[in-house]
Amino acid sequence: MTPALSLEDITKRFPGVLANDRVNLTVAEGEIHAICGENGAGKSTLMNVLYGMLPADEGRIVVRGDEVHFRSPRDALAAGIGMVHQHFMLADNLTVLENIILGAEPTGRAGRIDFARARRRVAELSDAYGLDVHLDEPVENLGVGERQRVEIIKVLYRGARILILDEPTSVLVPHEVEELFRNMRDMCARGETIVFIDHKLDEVLEIADTITVLRAGRTVATVKPEEVSPRDLAELMVGSELPTPEARTTAAQDAVALEVKDLSVLDDDERAVVKGISLEVRRGEIVGMAGVEGNGQVEFVEALLGIRAPAGGQVLLEGSEINEWTVRQRREAGVGYIPEDRHRRGLLLPAPLWENAMCGHQSKEPYSRHGFWLTPKAARQRTRELIAAFDVRTPGPDVAAHALSGGNQQKLIIGREMVMTPNLLIAAHPTRGIDVGAQAAVWETLHRAREQGLAVLLVSADLDELIGLSDRLLVVFRGRISAALDPATVTPRELGAHMTGAAADVEEPQPA
Amino acid sequence: MTARAAYRLPAHRRLTLALAAPVAALILSLAVASIALVLSGSNPFPAYGRMFSYGFELETLVDMVNRATPLYLSAVAVAIGFRMNLFNIGVEGQYILASIIAAQVAAELSLPAPLHLTVIILVGMATGSMWALIAGVLKVTRGIHEVISTIMLNAISISLVVAMLFRQWDVPDESLNQETAEIPPSGRMPNLNGFVELFTREISKGRVLWGFVIVAIIIGILYWLYVARTRPGYDLRASGINPLAAEASGVSPKRTVIVAMALSGAVGGLVGLPEVLGRDYAYGLQFTQNLGFAGIAVALLGQNHPGGIAIGALVFGFLDSAAPILDVHGDAPQEIVEIMKGIIIFAAVITYVVVQRRRQDEEARAASLAMASSEADPPAEGATDAAAPDSRPAP
Repeated sequence: MTPALSLEDITKRFPGVLANDRVNLTVAEGEIHAICGENGAGKSTLMNVLYGMLPADEGRIVVRGDEVHFRSPRDALAAGIGMVHQHFMLADNLTVLENIILGAEPTGRAGRIDFARARRRVAELSDAYGLDVHLDEPVENLGVGERQRVEIIKVLYRGARILILDEPTSVLVPHEVEELFRNMRDMCARGETIVFIDHKLDEVLEIADTITVLRAGRTVATVKPEEVSPRDLAELMVGSELPTPEARTTAAQDAVALEVKDLSVLDDDERAVVKGISLEVRRGEIVGMAGVEGNGQVEFVEALLGIRAPAGGQVLLEGSEINEWTVRQRREAGVGYIPEDRHRRGLLLPAPLWENAMCGHQSKEPYSRHGFWLTPKAARQRTRELIAAFDVRTPGPDVAAHALSGGNQQKLIIGREMVMTPNLLIAAHPTRGIDVGAQAAVWETLHRAREQGLAVLLVSADLDELIGLSDRLLVVFRGRISAALDPATVTPRELGAHMTGAAADVEEPQPA
Repeated sequence: MTARAAYRLPAHRRLTLALAAPVAALILSLAVASIALVLSGSNPFPAYGRMFSYGFELETLVDMVNRATPLYLSAVAVAIGFRMNLFNIGVEGQYILASIIAAQVAAELSLPAPLHLTVIILVGMATGSMWALIAGVLKVTRGIHEVISTIMLNAISISLVVAMLFRQWDVPDESLNQETAEIPPSGRMPNLNGFVELFTREISKGRVLWGFVIVAIIIGILYWLYVARTRPGYDLRASGINPLAAEASGVSPKRTVIVAMALSGAVGGLVGLPEVLGRDYAYGLQFTQNLGFAGIAVALLGQNHPGGIAIGALVFGFLDSAAPILDVHGDAPQEIVEIMKGIIIFAAVITYVVVQRRRQDEEARAASLAMASSEADPPAEGATDAAAPDSRPAP
């Protein structure tokens, strides 16, 4: 049978860089083909070549037996290849329907848009593929999962039979991922072919029919998921043996760094989303706060940082109450913060790295003198040091943050907190959306810092991360701590059950 | 590791990218203005030639600087707001109100010269600042968008407050010109003719180079220092780039709005003073309006950069002061200059975006080059070994 798509010896050079080096990829009709690799392995370049955004320097692209030459995404779409980008490209103020047909509107008499026809066609598609969307809802009101479905329908609407999904799960919460996977299987059952870019091993192993691994611009292996273990796959990706999480030995001291007493917090709509949480984090201890997103973690962290005023309760840092402290006072007192979304809360993307490195510490040396005069020279020097120490791959401290890949941006953020030797680190989803290599580096950094006496509050939904790193585990469910678990004995399955509330009834008689 | 530390876009490349946009904008505006001239039956070349030779006469250059001074101040006022995505459309109302109050206070005071001037300038700044703060406070306490409030405050300031004050303070005399009381000599800004004439010939035709240009230069330097070299200036910029990240870094969003509005208004309060203290020695009907709006255009052209704004203000000053010669000789209508100004802004905004993209691409390429060059060392080990010495928390 002719493969749906094959890329043969694709080579793409940038000045001084070989981004793709004779990459081969064969995708069978109707399969889900995962492409995985570290950040910078050449996945995005390859997809951009396939989608007509970049011309290949060498090699052939063959679609269903015919060689093609794409000069733009329009050509790719004409050949039935469509791409859903990692960052959505939707107009917020238009409705779902308008967004889907934008640029490909069916026109009636006198060039008027035939909305009735468009609606029928889009409704057919969304029914056929089980992609549930509200056609008349403005996109700004949509959650991430639904936005993604809109993007998928948009591509299907343009007649794509081969879909490229660029890290589709990186923006989704677990139950949305499940739904996406269901949609992907449905689409394949109806004859679509999916090329799926990801670096989360468990997801790749769960959904893919075939996996191609890229490393440093080359194809290193094409495997079937049933033939490999997650560990094999990870080692294929990074090309070396991974560090094993060592057996834990407690480093916890008696001194309490953070104490939270009966804290309640309201969200923007004044609903109580944190309902009386109490916890303690001692020096040299990592306390894992496990929970599916949307159970009040965001607001809880904002209250700890001083961004959001609590509705009740107390926050104590090193024994003193800090309820009235400003964000800056808390940060100056040694509260480090790794935000759950590095683009939203973490980085000044167009600003150079050294200005990003000082973000959160701008009132302290070496970034400024007397908290007033900036010291750019010293700041650059410190940034160079942290770039070297945390293996941030960048040409230098003057590059803008948006030029870096996600993993390197995250290493920069972690580095900027760690070099300031915090007393308490609030780490929210510190390894989300980064590859296994960067993930291992982040874990190792946290591990070492804890041994040296740092108190860490780890807010996460990643089961391996929670179990592997934490000294104690607290499960947060609907704004309350629903269980306290021992990471040494708990299984991922039990933890998952607690997080989704399946086990919560036992722990807490009256959930809200 | 050495390869990655060394790379950065070379200096000449960064300079070329920085200059590309304004130069392209200027060429495009000349081209479009030429088309307009040809269509209206004029020959562009003698017109430009005449503007050029007249424009570089010493007296016209004095006019240019006098015109550029208030434009510069106005643009800096706007730029302070722009730096944190705050649109102070209210410079217009702020400077007109500040001017009449400063003029009246100046006339009523009698102090030794340097002190008198300083007090007038401070009164102007304080007035502008207070007026702008109304919009800042409304935004912080009631969430009213500053564009709406400053536009409304413009109307209130110009049509109501200034009109009332002017009726109150107008000094009746035999001339038809309505003016506030004359400012005594101790409150006037000395001119710079003597200084300029040290280097060149005597300035004739009764032209006077206003001394206020010195104040504008000082403001420019202070603005640069504040934004590029102080922590509050960094906070301001950070809020402009990403308010949520700035907030998490310890910047109070409300405080920053208040500070930015107060500073913007304070600089805005200076815009009318070059005229009041350098030419009219009173606030009168001949007072120039619309400088606040022109400042928005100049800030845009100068990309909020103190040096860029200076160039923008001088270009606009040049066009305004060289244009009248066109009518004198009938080569072309002098309004062609307005077309040129419009096209310059328009083209500049577009070319800035193009250049910006270009620069991002080059940087991204440089970064991926750095990644590729360090592909050899496995990331996990590289990070963990090196992380150790720096990740030690305080005991």
